[in-house]
Amino acid sequence: MSLWLLLAVNSITLGGLLFLLSAGFSLIFGLMRIPNLTHGSFFMLGAYLSTSLIARGLDFWTAAVLSGLGVAVFGGIVERLILRRLPGAELAQVLVTLGLSFMVADVCLMVWTGDPIRIDTPSALRGTTSVLGLDFPRYRLAVSLVAVVFAAGLWALLERTRLGAMIRAGVDDPSMARVVGIRVSRLFTIVFCLGAWLAGFAGVIGGPILSVYPGLDAEMLPLALVVVILGGSGSLLGSFVGSFIVGFLYNFGQAMFPELAYVVLFLPMLIVLVVRPRGLFGRQAA
Amino acid sequence: MSALAVRGLEKHFGGLRVTAAVDLAVEAGERRLIIGPNGAGKTTLFNLITGELRPDHGAITLFGADITRVPARRRAHLGIGRTYQIITLFPRDTLSHNVMLSLLALMPLRWSPFVRLDRQTALVAAARAVLTRVGLDHLAERPLTQTSYGERRRVEIAMALAQNPRVLLLDEPFAGLSIEERRDVLALVTGIPRDVTIVMIEHDMDVALDFAERISVLHFGEVVMEGTRTEVVAHPRTREIYLGE
Amino acid sequence: MKRLAIVAALAVLATLPLWVRGTFYVNIASQILLYAIFALGVNVLAGYAGLVSLGHAGLFGVAAYTGAKILTGGYGHVVVDTAALAVTVAAAAVFAMLALRGTGLGFVMITVALGQIVWGVAYRWISLTNGDNGISITGRPRPFGLSLASPHSFYWATFVVFLTAILSMAVFVASPFGASVRGTRDQPRRMTALGYHVWMIRFVAFLFSGWWSGVAGLLYLYYNEFVSPQAVALTASAEALLMVIAGGTGTLLGPIVGAALVVVIKNVASAYIERWNFVLGAVFVIIVVFMPDGLVPGVARLARRVSVVLRSGPRMATTATRDETSR
Repeated sequence: MSLWLLLAVNSITLGGLLFLLSAGFSLIFGLMRIPNLTHGSFFMLGAYLSTSLIARGLDFWTAAVLSGLGVAVFGGIVERLILRRLPGAELAQVLVTLGLSFMVADVCLMVWTGDPIRIDTPSALRGTTSVLGLDFPRYRLAVSLVAVVFAAGLWALLERTRLGAMIRAGVDDPSMARVVGIRVSRLFTIVFCLGAWLAGFAGVIGGPILSVYPGLDAEMLPLALVVVILGGSGSLLGSFVGSFIVGFLYNFGQAMFPELAYVVLFLPMLIVLVVRPRGLFGRQAA
Repeated sequence: MSALAVRGLEKHFGGLRVTAAVDLAVEAGERRLIIGPNGAGKTTLFNLITGELRPDHGAITLFGADITRVPARRRAHLGIGRTYQIITLFPRDTLSHNVMLSLLALMPLRWSPFVRLDRQTALVAAARAVLTRVGLDHLAERPLTQTSYGERRRVEIAMALAQNPRVLLLDEPFAGLSIEERRDVLALVTGIPRDVTIVMIEHDMDVALDFAERISVLHFGEVVMEGTRTEVVAHPRTREIYLGE
Repeated sequence: MKRLAIVAALAVLATLPLWVRGTFYVNIASQILLYAIFALGVNVLAGYAGLVSLGHAGLFGVAAYTGAKILTGGYGHVVVDTAALAVTVAAAAVFAMLALRGTGLGFVMITVALGQIVWGVAYRWISLTNGDNGISITGRPRPFGLSLASPHSFYWATFVVFLTAILSMAVFVASPFGASVRGTRDQPRRMTALGYHVWMIRFVAFLFSGWWSGVAGLLYLYYNEFVSPQAVALTASAEALLMVIAGGTGTLLGPIVGAALVVVIKNVASAYIERWNFVLGAVFVIIVVFMPDGLVPGVARLARRVSVVLRSGPRMATTATRDETSR
């Protein structure tokens, strides 16, 4: 397969992963206005948890779901015990979530040591499949598919369920939502846990591709940040489109301008922030 | 030439017309009262005059000079002063410091990083003088957080008066005050000399009517009536607007 | 009374190498001072202008890297320092023009992006910055022919710079310009209505902040005789912010205390505690949640409460301190 095609496939895969990661971040930021800098840690924690679960004999997908759950529980505790005490104090939330990310990183280092851990591709998805005469790695296709499925599911959740309506109302106008009687505090916890689950799950799904190692959190967080800024916070469509844009920017940027890889990534984010703070599809400015 | 004139002023927020082709002219030294039900666009009008909001159409002139395009930060230098409906003072500072900030705003000294602010005796004395004018000089060194609401309302006015504005916009200066406090503020406002033109937004009719010479009634962003105090009060439409149509 | 305390503290600092045992601790002290300068710089924006930057390590790093590049190009220290600081202030101007397009959280995010861009260049533009391997320099400057090679002499040179920084900060805070900066933090709308040029005030404050961040960056370069992308990472900006928050924003003592706290935890505590990153994060969380004003105001509040209790009994303490919470 030609280099460009391979890059494109990898970009789509990365985009899919980023969607799972940033959808949660976008919802949390869009609804609760909390810039959750612990999100990268959620991703990494999920991946690490799954390595332990898989080592105990669980199959890949069960481990993924359960790891996500573990991270969701952790997220719930963080939201209830800490973030709830800082309503509206955005700076404090930035600093607290940053501090928590330091703590999680160190705990992971303590428990799982500093060596990178490989997560094996689930056996059913190893190897390649032939599509339109070209061979695509099966697992990467699967990841992209999972992302699309989740995008559809989240869309259905937001557009078709009562919970989703409440979330959308909260994103559009939080004070109004409260007045109308939406149990905002419970909603916040639900959304935060959902976002954390998605991030943890994404960490596991990404495992066979990225492995898991110290520093993974610091690598993924800026990517999620760029996606949400580009796509617009609180917007599912924004996260979806933004994820794939970033996936492509990252991979092609690395390949074509290795010296300016991060510039290629952050310059568009900067331009968007400066020119259109709402992002491509967002409702409120960052 | 009017002290302050507004012609065809329009402001939209999305599909909502908050200010709709407003024409208003206030003569020098006049005491104008702007009334209207909640949401009529009174504070928006003030925000347009001070430049905080940019109009979609129309013009604003100050003593004949067109200031529609003048940035908000220049308008204080041209003589427009205002107070706010919600008190916006500097909470961490003393009353004296608050007023000094107001005085400093129009002085080149405000850019100096070298001299000590509290050693500028002329400035400190001038701030004292302004506080005396509003009857608060005994609290000059008091932090703002240790003053009552009524005292803060007077500091709001002191901030505006400190800059010797030619046109003073008072946004609900009596809001939340006790009867006694209202009397004090009314005395303060009526005591302002005639070289200052005053435009006031107020809800409390009892106090404001005493003050007003001419009244403009705003409703859904338009001036629906204007005239002398007696004319407007007597007009049945006024009552209609306030009690609902 | 306060003046006496300040003079005493400065005397202690000035004579530190004479009574502290061991070059390890003198070096710690040098680090504390240089990071204190950095924290004071960040505090100009975060504490006095109300603009929180998570990208200031970018300016710190621009100074260090520019210094390193020009030094390895064979130029003398005067040229190096002047050029590095000039480039840093220019970078601060660019940062400011971009970051000031946003307010509140937007400002923070833009500074994160800018800091990451600088880090990305340091990490990836290997032909320019040597990437992860960093750039080493051959020696410390020799101001007036004096050698700064020993920890003692370096400490004293840093102390002199630190004194200059503190002095400039004190003058800035007490000045009309300083008052207008604080005004833009508390009521930007009103400041504009009063006639202040809020954007310009913030821009100039940013340049002032950038200058001192650059000075700290050069000191860092000379202290380590080395610079690497570590110095420009997001964690470096976060630590600087932590120093400011921990000590207390909006005071002059706060950033210094914060710098001391962070440097001590990083260097000294890590000898005894293995997981110092965890401790750092925990300190962050605890301070933000329980002492949001930072250590200096928090401890000051505590001290006031204690003194009131000691003077007039427990009941007085609650009424006396109610004023502080009546905001």
